[in-house]
Amino acid sequence: MIRVILPSHLCALAAASREVQLDIAGPVTQRSILDALEARYPMLRGTLRDHVTQKRRSMVRFFACEEDISHDSPDTPLAAAVASGVEPFFIVGAIAGGWSDWN
Amino acid sequence: MSGVRVLVGTRKGAFILTSDGKRQRWDVSGPHFGGWEIYHLKGSPVDSNRLYASQSSSWFGQQIQRSDDGGKTWHPVCNKFVYDGVAGTHQWYDGTPHPWEFKRVWHLEPSLTDPDTVYAGIEDAALFRSSDGGQSWQELSGLRGHGTGPRWQPGAGGMCLHTILLDAREPGRIFIAISAAGAFRTDDAGKNWRPINNGLKSDFLPNPTAEVGHCVHRIAMHPSRPGVLFMQKHWDVMRSNDAGDSWQEISGNLPTDFGFVVDVHAHEPETIYVVPIKSDSEHYPPEGKLRVYRSRTGGNEWEPLTSGLPQQDCYVNVLRDAMAVDSLDSCGIYFGTTGGQVYASADAGNNWSPIVRDLPAVVSVEVQTLS
Repeated sequence: MIRVILPSHLCALAAASREVQLDIAGPVTQRSILDALEARYPMLRGTLRDHVTQKRRSMVRFFACEEDISHDSPDTPLAAAVASGVEPFFIVGAIAGGWSDWN
Repeated sequence: MSGVRVLVGTRKGAFILTSDGKRQRWDVSGPHFGGWEIYHLKGSPVDSNRLYASQSSSWFGQQIQRSDDGGKTWHPVCNKFVYDGVAGTHQWYDGTPHPWEFKRVWHLEPSLTDPDTVYAGIEDAALFRSSDGGQSWQELSGLRGHGTGPRWQPGAGGMCLHTILLDAREPGRIFIAISAAGAFRTDDAGKNWRPINNGLKSDFLPNPTAEVGHCVHRIAMHPSRPGVLFMQKHWDVMRSNDAGDSWQEISGNLPTDFGFVVDVHAHEPETIYVVPIKSDSEHYPPEGKLRVYRSRTGGNEWEPLTSGLPQQDCYVNVLRDAMAVDSLDSCGIYFGTTGGQVYASADAGNNWSPIVRDLPAVVSVEVQTLS
């Protein structure tokens, strides 16, 4: 059982609690977690990674075991503590950004 | 009993303001989608309960929300906007080629006849259509592909397709506008397009009368007379009597002809409204006075409408999608400001009062007239 912590905006969008628990068969990686998350909450498709390229959106970050793993390969196996559910996988909105110049 | 529903998109959520036909007392619902940017929301003209909303975030991208009960409940539909074929390049601010990249949906325009059909104008500029209530989106790629696309460039707000006008008399005819490319028209439901910018003059261009590259801010039409168009350009208020084939300036006695919004009275096709803004570098009303200007002659002769609007120390902006009219008698006019006010006039602009004063910056205002 994998524990995933969602940012508040995505909790509201998915009508999900802040912590989501997922069962994943096979290797536990960023990709397999996001695949499982999007399968349960289809409205999250496109919010964390691009629909087509599957690249992480630039202002989304992934943390686990007090490490920033945003730039790791999406297919790198995550720490055993994450795979066993002892430590959660955090999805975090970057602290900066968000302003648009409207006109 | 008649009434109105005002749909307000803001930088931090959507708000729905409702009133009876007197338009004096208002109920305020919201924020919906709190914390998200709501560039636009609009109702179907053939099913007032069907609403579409563009919800976006620099962090988490684009969502499209749909309501089937007049905004009481919402559910997300498809947010996948993929350009048709090889996206190619347009011009960047410095004139260098820049790849087309989807950023957000600026404007949603429901079909005049089918509640499940809706058009989306996006940044980087392209037109998409859904014919299944937002469950899937397909690009009308003849617009980007007609030949001038590589010469389009972004305005200060990005390269956005912000205006979509559907012609009730000729179902295949659609007008769109892009900042900063100009206005375009199709007569065959989106297969073929051509620029309609003859008569526009933009001094920021190497050739001020170029075929494309103009920073059109907004176009409006009266539904009974779709061949007559009114345009608020970056500078200049313009008019076309031939469906965009040619344009003439109608700025007349306006204190400044820079601005973003333009709209048409619901019952008087020659009565039009703009909100002059000081300049392209100072996005607030001249002299700190918030004035709507009305022309009852289709342009050139304008009168300031000030009753109920702040006439000192006012430095808000009124963005391009933030004015709308209802179709009650007498016609109601509405606009929202970057200061979070939504003003309403139930007498065609003679007198104004704020419905709300303290919303987040208002990006868009639409009105549904309910029977």
